[in-house]
Amino acid sequence: MTPRFKPGDAVRVRAGSPPGHFRTPGYIQGKTGQVARLHGAYKNPETLAYGGDGLPKQCLYLVRFDQAAVWTRYGGAPRDSLLIDIFEHWLEPA
Amino acid sequence: MTRVHDRGGWPGAGPVDKSEHELSWWEKRTDAMMVLLQSPDKRVIRVDEMRRAIESMDPAAYEKCKYYERWLTALETLMIEKGILTREEIDRKVKELDGRR
Amino acid sequence: MHDDHGHPHHDERQPTYYEKRTDAIQTLLIEKGLFTADEVRRAVEEMDARSPARGAQVVARAWLDPAFKARLLANAKDAIAELAIDVGERATIVAVENTERIHHVVVCTLCSCYPRGLLGYPPDWYKSLNYRSRVVSDPREILREFGLKLAPTVEVRVLDSTADMRYLVIPQRPAGTERLGQEELAGLVTRDSMIGVAQARTPATR
Repeated sequence: MTPRFKPGDAVRVRAGSPPGHFRTPGYIQGKTGQVARLHGAYKNPETLAYGGDGLPKQCLYLVRFDQAAVWTRYGGAPRDSLLIDIFEHWLEPA
Repeated sequence: MTRVHDRGGWPGAGPVDKSEHELSWWEKRTDAMMVLLQSPDKRVIRVDEMRRAIESMDPAAYEKCKYYERWLTALETLMIEKGILTREEIDRKVKELDGRR
Repeated sequence: MHDDHGHPHHDERQPTYYEKRTDAIQTLLIEKGLFTADEVRRAVEEMDARSPARGAQVVARAWLDPAFKARLLANAKDAIAELAIDVGERATIVAVENTERIHHVVVCTLCSCYPRGLLGYPPDWYKSLNYRSRVVSDPREILREFGLKLAPTVEVRVLDSTADMRYLVIPQRPAGTERLGQEELAGLVTRDSMIGVAQARTPATR
């Protein structure tokens, strides 16, 4: 399983609301961030949730976002960030 | 489409209630049953199935239910879905245990 | 007075819907051989035995031993196993470190993922809709509600646990603790500091 991204890469989270179970929150969809970590390859929760075997495994990344880029009126400090674990099939190069 | 369980940034959210409660026996049992059914040597349920079952609750019920009430609802949903139990069986057992009290 | 399900009966009170339902489902699943009453009892005991004290031991060790801390940050499961703590097989614990410049706070906006193997049951507020909603969009306000105010030069870093990782925050070691040993240091590490809504206690406030 060759990872598509590496730490430092700019990525954008795909937008979508497929039927069924998925673990990409709505608030982060469409946002651009930077890969912080590659966790490795994990079974896909979207098919595990319906009794599937979750294969093929997908690469899972910890992605870092500037809070100011996520929320239109973020009221915190300029350096504040948000990190989320996101599967490769939800990411595209930015 | 707004999914009721997808709470990050939910508008109108209020202050965080910091009070804590000691889990009741039924909450601990529900937790234990879920953990056992997901354990590697049993693998009756995956955690992803449990989450999906909770997420598929009626949105009003999801918001009204307490945490372990959602877990118990999901447990029942999955046991029936997997053909391990039926609703009628559970209802019958409730009545039977009621009769014994 | 206990019945053979092992829970006390309060003769004056009617069991609630959920109590009855839990009882019925547990009885049926035992009858059908999915698990035994003993296994249920042991699972409850195992969870009861887990408390933030376990996480506190890990943090104290990390404070005392920089090489251990480096191993913990690289591979938490293996490092924690060195301390003979069994976190259970399910999820992957990842340790993150708070510093003068970075303050982590953890949430699971989609449900309630939490490092239970190390910290025990999560507190009600961690699982609450309001915490899940607001800590990602307004973390500093949440921290203020918990009595923690951070300078704007600090990076507040929210971790939303959406996958198999369970994040454990290593809080900053408080000042004035240079002479303290493992047990005394562990005593300063609170559950809330390992979630990130608080700092560790200082010796003065102990």
